[in-house]
Amino acid sequence: MITRAPRIVTSRVELPDSFTLERYLATGGYEGLRKALSMTPAEVAAEVNKASLLGRGGAGFPAGRKWSMLRRAATTYLVVNGDESEPATFKDHMLIEHDPHQIIEGTAIAAYATGVELAFIYCRGEFALGFERLQQACNEAYEHGALGADVLGSGYGLDIVVHPGAGAYICGEETALLESLEGKRGFPRIKPPFFPAAVGLYGEPTVVNNVETVSNLPWIVSHGGDAFTALGEGSSRGTRLFALSGRVARPGWFEIEMSKTTFRDLIYDPSLGAGIPDGKSLRAFIPGGVSSPWFGPEQLDLGLDQDAVGQAGSMLGSGSVVVMDSDTCPVRAAWRIARFFHRESCGQCTPCREGSGWIEKIMHRLEQGLGREEDIELVLDACDNVSPGLGWPPKQTTICVLGPSIPSAIVSVAKLFRDELLVHVKDGVCPFPPDKVRRG
Amino acid sequence: MGHLSSDNRARAKAIVACYPQRRSALIPLCHLAQAQDGWLSEEAMEDIAGLVGCTPAEVRGTATFYDMLHTEPVGRHVVTVCTNIACMLAGAYEVLDHAEASLKISVGQTTEDGEFTLEEAECLAGCDNAPCVQVNHRFFGPLDADGFDALIEDLRSGRLADTVPPHGILSRVDRNVGLPARAHRLGTVAGKQSGAATGAVPE
Repeated sequence: MITRAPRIVTSRVELPDSFTLERYLATGGYEGLRKALSMTPAEVAAEVNKASLLGRGGAGFPAGRKWSMLRRAATTYLVVNGDESEPATFKDHMLIEHDPHQIIEGTAIAAYATGVELAFIYCRGEFALGFERLQQACNEAYEHGALGADVLGSGYGLDIVVHPGAGAYICGEETALLESLEGKRGFPRIKPPFFPAAVGLYGEPTVVNNVETVSNLPWIVSHGGDAFTALGEGSSRGTRLFALSGRVARPGWFEIEMSKTTFRDLIYDPSLGAGIPDGKSLRAFIPGGVSSPWFGPEQLDLGLDQDAVGQAGSMLGSGSVVVMDSDTCPVRAAWRIARFFHRESCGQCTPCREGSGWIEKIMHRLEQGLGREEDIELVLDACDNVSPGLGWPPKQTTICVLGPSIPSAIVSVAKLFRDELLVHVKDGVCPFPPDKVRRG
Repeated sequence: MGHLSSDNRARAKAIVACYPQRRSALIPLCHLAQAQDGWLSEEAMEDIAGLVGCTPAEVRGTATFYDMLHTEPVGRHVVTVCTNIACMLAGAYEVLDHAEASLKISVGQTTEDGEFTLEEAECLAGCDNAPCVQVNHRFFGPLDADGFDALIEDLRSGRLADTVPPHGILSRVDRNVGLPARAHRLGTVAGKQSGAATGAVPE
């Protein structure tokens, strides 16, 4: 069902000057922060708790609970994660380029609620235009008095530093991001301590929130937590940005009320994905970034709901849905995902560093038609070494969850498309048409 | 006298002063050095090491982790073709094969005239415009083979000079507000910071 939910994070992004302070102020900008500053930090946190806002980065951890875990200390930090790199996810990229002031306002609200006086916005390096706009917005916010020693005349002091990454998927993992922000290689930190809320940036307690998560805060503070929970169902409340790509007529981002809209709506509704082009049919789709197990046509009627997707054996993850049509070779798709993880493994843990390479090699051989039937078991065995049991949620043999994410695509192909794998082996060639740029 | 120009040295110090610990400025300063030279030279890394208070080897050790930091010279235009899942499904490998043939180089190489370096990227978060390409970190797409050739032609002729800055320039906007972060924090938590990583930047 397509509902008429308000657009919470994308209300102004389609205006041509959406990234300017002038447009931001003309469309209610910084009013949420003003209201927050008239409340106590505890009241702001309570309102966000009431909203049941789940983190929008991928893990879906309740934002209010994350804040409450922050260890009391003289110095605490807030880091906003704008290192969006999960393949096929492009929502934060859009928010950074088109509504940077909303991110700064949300960051300021989160900082005030958690008692932080210095916050960092880590912007993926490849988003050069987005970085410029964030930096510009930050400069403008200081000039406007929304940042600095006396935020909007409240007496509360906050500084924000916009920090560039330099190209590494793993830096989206929060402890790797903190290492990167400290000027080091992006190696995820050994756990425990499990949460930066205990030991984070420079060893101090740190809250790490995603760009889309903080972008929701101005609206939540302005309209109240109850207005947010009025949208969605169960634990999935409010709206969420979904990034739709692959073999679909209208790829793009869509802000959708959670739970009520289904994958079928997202892929086929004329106002959203508008179906699969060229008269092809759906073969499979990836429901939440390439780390998530794939779904077939029988899961199309699942709602875009964190719990429902979790119970069905996958995850809503980063909110990116990739559509594969009847011309898509699922073996090739899984190989490309394995190749990605191999290239992006940071190299600290043996199962991930070595496993990803072997998995990529075997999948490549199978895709090229050079594989043997035993290769199917071999690649699953290699996957099992990275994540024992190959279950969901995956077991972990590594410092971070990059490793356990590798088997998702491979196990999906072995489960859903064993026949296609065997045809590759028997025919000695990929039976699918090559990927071609669609023209016209 | 370091490798960075005096202007860039001033910018570098302003960046360093934004952070409670100097080392945090390492990556931003690598971007700054690339903005000056197009890549990260040995001399630049030595200069950065001095500014952030670590060894040149630590700068290199960090820089080599990151795809965007180049420790070898690159062309005037670094052309990065994404081939990850969404772009692949839209024909990205066809575009990449065409790019290699038309530029007469392989991925990782630079054309003889120094105009173009070709790279293959992981997902650039431009999947709604797949297949997508970046030139000096600016987005183009969706592109087919003809579109790619037209893009190269526009770059050669200088028609895209306004949208595509020279390679290495990450940001054409500097932080223009003073350095309240450090002053503010040092005022409230003086003495809490570890000496080695903070303190004044040496001349």
